[in-house]
Amino acid sequence: MKIAVASGKGGTGKTTLSCAMAFAAQGEVTLLDCDVEEPNSHFFVQPKIETEERIHRLVPAVDAEKCTGCGECARVCQFNAVISLGRKTMVFNELCHSCGACARICPTGALHEVYTPIGTIEIGRRDHVSFASGRLDVGQAMSPPVIRKTLEHSSAQGLTIIDCPPGTSCPYVTAVKGCDAAVLVTEPTPFGLHDLKLAVDTIREMAIPFGVAVNRMTEENNVISAYCAAESIPLLLQIPEDRRAAEAYSRGEPINTVMPELNEKLRAIPKMLEALL
Amino acid sequence: MKIAVSTSGEDLGAAVDTRFGRAPRFLIYETETGAFSLKENKQNLNAAQGAGIQSATCVAEEEVDAVITGNCGPKAYAVLDAASIKVYTCSGATVSEAVEQLRKGELKPAEEANVEGHWV
Repeated sequence: MKIAVASGKGGTGKTTLSCAMAFAAQGEVTLLDCDVEEPNSHFFVQPKIETEERIHRLVPAVDAEKCTGCGECARVCQFNAVISLGRKTMVFNELCHSCGACARICPTGALHEVYTPIGTIEIGRRDHVSFASGRLDVGQAMSPPVIRKTLEHSSAQGLTIIDCPPGTSCPYVTAVKGCDAAVLVTEPTPFGLHDLKLAVDTIREMAIPFGVAVNRMTEENNVISAYCAAESIPLLLQIPEDRRAAEAYSRGEPINTVMPELNEKLRAIPKMLEALL
Repeated sequence: MKIAVSTSGEDLGAAVDTRFGRAPRFLIYETETGAFSLKENKQNLNAAQGAGIQSATCVAEEEVDAVITGNCGPKAYAVLDAASIKVYTCSGATVSEAVEQLRKGELKPAEEANVEGHWV
């Protein structure tokens, strides 16, 4: 089973929950850090990295000799990444989404696709946790190709936990799309609720079963629990506001090392989500 | 000389728009005759990305020799440079004042983008 740990708002505790779920699991588990613009699960997992994989994506290159300046490539590009100036064709890789349309439409074969490096995946292990972490190169803007490659390290059987990028745009959708179910992590604040609603709207479009986890909970009845009740969204876990959690986090330890009482509840999450499938 | 000036107005008395990529239109001015025309740039206002590049293509189609605008980013500059169009930046002037400043040599051509690129 593949479980995405996601959120609309950043800083709610996706990594905290992902790592805690991985360490609470009994038996083999795979943890994938797909927050490739700022991966940080490795701080808590502290895995032994065994291999590294470079990630590439395709971008167009222009053969000026063959280019007639017809401009078909610029017209077909939906991302303003290719422009035609008289007989000169210019490509802006940072705007390119690697769709390949320009190379296909070029009548003279002047555009062809070339691989350009955009990131790295580190693969390793710690105890029962099989681990892979994607990292986008500095200066690159397109994270989905790195996220997709990181997701290929999901385990065919058993539990895979995916630490997702924040927000509700392409990176979030890419990371969540292939999962069986998701946990949306939030905090009991107006900001937390606002961004949770955006994440819920998006995941409902994708028709992926999900529940909510509330982090830094100070009282049982809060804006999130009220919202979940009204929307019939299962509340999977409430992690109390606790100084021990903050201290463990600052030392780079998963929170269940200091709050072992959470382990049972963390192990129940996959079962609760399975019931939604 | 033919000059494209970014503006949200429709005549020589309008202010120079500080935006290049997302300028609503360009006033195309002929220094020899003093005649001008307007080139709409509306298709770019809602572009998710690449507005600067498209604006540069838009003025290049008009075969202008120079652009006067407030700010010009790196990708727009690269296109204008490739099209051999000089970029002059100015602020707080009307279109006619900016053209006059250029004629008197008070504006210096930019040798690179004057602002950073940005995403959406």
